[in-house]
Amino acid sequence: MDYWRKPLDIDKYEITHGAIHIIIDRCKGCNFCIEFCPKKVLEVSNEFNVKGYHPPMVADQAGCVACKLCELICPEFAIYVTEDKHMAISKKEPHED
Amino acid sequence: MSQNDIHPMDKLIRADRMPHIWCSGCGLGTNFSCFLSALDQSGLDIDKCVIVSGIGCTGRIPGYTNIDSYHTTHGRAIPFATGLKLANPELTVIVFSGDGDLFAIGGNHFIHAARRNVDINIICVNNFNYGMTGGQFGPTTPLDAITTTSPYGNYEHPFNLVQVAAGSGAVYVVRWTSLHVRRLTNSIKEALLKKGFTFIEIISPCPTSFGRRNKLGDGLDEMKYYQKYSVIRHGIDPKDADLCLNGKIVVGKFIDVDKPTFLDNQPDLVSMAEKNKK
Ligand SMILES: Cc1ncc(C[n+]2csc(CCOP(=O)(O)OP(=O)(O)O)c2C)c(N)n1
Ligand code: SF4
Ligand code: SF4
Ligand code: SF4
Ligand SMILES: [Mg+2]
Repeated sequence: MDYWRKPLDIDKYEITHGAIHIIIDRCKGCNFCIEFCPKKVLEVSNEFNVKGYHPPMVADQAGCVACKLCELICPEFAIYVTEDKHMAISKKEPHED
Repeated sequence: MSQNDIHPMDKLIRADRMPHIWCSGCGLGTNFSCFLSALDQSGLDIDKCVIVSGIGCTGRIPGYTNIDSYHTTHGRAIPFATGLKLANPELTVIVFSGDGDLFAIGGNHFIHAARRNVDINIICVNNFNYGMTGGQFGPTTPLDAITTTSPYGNYEHPFNLVQVAAGSGAVYVVRWTSLHVRRLTNSIKEALLKKGFTFIEIISPCPTSFGRRNKLGDGLDEMKYYQKYSVIRHGIDPKDADLCLNGKIVVGKFIDVDKPTFLDNQPDLVSMAEKNKK
């Protein structure tokens, strides 16, 4: 069931975009960022880092809305996002998606 | 995408100590990240903030922060923090420690600091066992859970930590899981700015010890479990927020009240004694 409708003034807002930065050798491959990104922007890569984990990779750069959930949930300080425009929009918890 | 640059939280962590010791899929790094964000957003002067822990996997947290931090002996974080606060009332004092450290060996300190309403902030990571020492059962281990010291299932009733905190007199009591990153960050911020004894319980994955023995899967599976089984119930009586193995997890803010702190209530004993001499 959907609890919300599309805001009527949605066209007045510009959606923020984010640039994703991954510090590959810090990653321990827990996949939290990949699973809980509300826009499903990230995917597991085939690459190995120095510790032998598969870090995430950006599969849909254009989809990133700079909510920074990945940045907050990453246990390793291995991923962060810089905003392209204005303020972030999604303040949702991952389970509310 | 760019690689290998500087993370915004590197200003608050000891980046040279990364990677930390916590296992892949452990919730501790996420809890720590939320704490640092809350501290950053709180507007507090970080030179006036101190973080204290006892011993355990959770107890390693202060060692990774760039603010003043103390890694004390097992169970003694709260008396140490109480001393810091009473000697330097202008400090914001945070205790970040595990369920075993705060409620087994340190249990008495907890209830009495709460009773006195000492103005300190407690963050307890509840992973339902003694993670660091190999996964023994402790005071929060649910009935029937398998641990190294309960191979046939735990038969001791666990503490409901939010009920213990509320019953002991804490002025602020919340519970979240490691998945509730935004709400957890907001609650930590709120607790840091609140006067009195505050208590935050974080239900957190320990895939290596507790998770593995109870077939909960990896850290990500535990996080998905929280996503599916957490229910937010703000304001309910904490006694109704019992936890059990594989049951639902009641989360939310249960208590937020105001009352005078230990220091507020302390009379000026020196001048009283001097008056008596005359
Ligand atoms: C006086 C004393 N007794 C026992 C120990 C062994 N010990 C180290 S950590 C720990 C329990 C930690 O459990 P918890 O606080 O839940 O932390 P976790 O590792 O689960 O985060 C114990 C019993 C000790 N270090 N000192
Ligand atoms: S900032 Fe948000 S949308 Fe962008 S990758 Fe991270 S979690 Fe996904
Ligand atoms: S959350 Fe962090 S450690 Fe986990 S997979 Fe993503 S980048 Fe790696
Ligand atoms: S033993 Fe458990 S609590 Fe300790 S670091 Fe590993 S997963 Fe985390
Ligand atoms: Mg523990």
